[in-house]
Amino acid sequence: MKFRTFLRHIRVGCSNIFRNGWMTVASVGAVTTTLILVAVFLALILNLNEMAKNIEDDVEIQTLIDHTANEKDVQSLGKQIEEINGVDTVFFSSNDDELNKLIKGMGEEGEAWKLLEQDNPLNHAFIVRAKNPQDTEMIADQIKDLDHVEKVVFGQEVVEQLFKFTKYARTIGVVLIIALVFTAIFLISNTIKITIMARSKEIGIMKLVGATNWFIRWPFFIEGMLHGVLGSIIPIALILVGYHYVEDAVANQVSFNFVEVLPYNPFAWQLSLLIIAIGAIIGIWGSVMSIRKYLKI
Amino acid sequence: MILMKDVYKTYANGVTALSGVNVKIDQGEFVYVVGPSGAGKSTFVKLIFREEKPSSGQIFINDINLSELKERKIPYLRRNIGVVYQDFRLLPKLTVYENIAFALEVIEESPRNIRNRVMDVLDVVGLKNKAKSIPDELSGGEQQRVSIARAIVNRPKIVIADEPTGNLDPETSLDILKTFESINEGGTTVIMATHSKAIVNQFKKRVIAIEDGIIARDEQQGEYGYEV
Repeated sequence: MKFRTFLRHIRVGCSNIFRNGWMTVASVGAVTTTLILVAVFLALILNLNEMAKNIEDDVEIQTLIDHTANEKDVQSLGKQIEEINGVDTVFFSSNDDELNKLIKGMGEEGEAWKLLEQDNPLNHAFIVRAKNPQDTEMIADQIKDLDHVEKVVFGQEVVEQLFKFTKYARTIGVVLIIALVFTAIFLISNTIKITIMARSKEIGIMKLVGATNWFIRWPFFIEGMLHGVLGSIIPIALILVGYHYVEDAVANQVSFNFVEVLPYNPFAWQLSLLIIAIGAIIGIWGSVMSIRKYLKI
Repeated sequence: MILMKDVYKTYANGVTALSGVNVKIDQGEFVYVVGPSGAGKSTFVKLIFREEKPSSGQIFINDINLSELKERKIPYLRRNIGVVYQDFRLLPKLTVYENIAFALEVIEESPRNIRNRVMDVLDVVGLKNKAKSIPDELSGGEQQRVSIARAIVNRPKIVIADEPTGNLDPETSLDILKTFESINEGGTTVIMATHSKAIVNQFKKRVIAIEDGIIARDEQQGEYGYEV
């Protein structure tokens, strides 16, 4: 295709946007609504994902070593834990370290616990992390059966609930996004279909004088893509303005330290790019579908 | 050269339009295709520019076997065949000039060539002064001449006309026929399906008469041969 012809297709595609007036408005409106919802879901899912990952990364197994174990026993226990399948890192944490952590975790009230420094009742411990957080429970089970292990602690229920929750949330979000995208594709392909019918005479004449199928298709592709791109303008504006507020609100009002949204820069920009890309793909796909079905060329 | 060998055409609804047509038309001939309504004239001409496919048999256009022609090659065949219809098929929102230029834009001609060629053919059909009019401002005869100009603008070897004078009064019809004659004199094959006894008997050419899907007559300098 010559460059001049490509410019011609863009010109014709753009002028069709205006020629089809209200149909274009309907189509762009459908894409706008869809993309707003997609943007909200994407922002939720991606943030949820990030939080889940942060929490997952924090999951550790605290292996308390019984008081009867001597230094040699402790060393051999450490080796055995390292050899368990799926274990990533094993740290030794002496009873003094454990007490310090406890005192720190208590904040100001922790001062009182300092008395225990004289005669520390806590156990030595191994802090174990799994390569894959989902394996935590399995690893904990195996550690429990080793010699000189007094107790294994890893917040079992919380971890299980969390995994379940994030898994469902991701699945539901993805399903909803796909459903929305297909709705928008359907609406665009309807608009293009009507355009094609209105222009069937022109298309017939183009075929008559020897236009190739691609020559006929291109303006429709451009038109569909423009529907998608125009439809992404409002959603992107909403993302760029709205995400600021979300970020501020979460930072100021939610005090769990693991609840932390992705930073505005670059996340809002990345999301905007993603939305414009989804818009363009929806538009092109919609036009491809109707061209294949109704152009019969 | 156009060659049909044992061509049959049955439509999906079961109607048989052609049953065993053998014909050879040389480059530069002027041929009328006549016959009663529904005898298969339109099918005959549509087969030539591959608007329809034969059910069996073979059609050659300048050594291209149409039955082996791939779908995506059809546009290139059509660039060598100009088609004129009874109802003109002009684009109502475009000017005369733009309507004709359209046929050249489609085949990606350069803007300069487009301008030159369009002015040339407007001269041939005698409509140079109407270049900026839109089709609705023209008479039927003028509109038909625009569609002829569009058909010949990329210098096709063959021009096919399906009842080109069907909507025109007798006098205008003669004008249109003279235009086709002058195109034919330049070496272009002209194939015209027609119902016009006056034209066929006045401008004597080869006549192919199709009746009940077969060629009933094929005469050089033939007569129309039907009562109107």
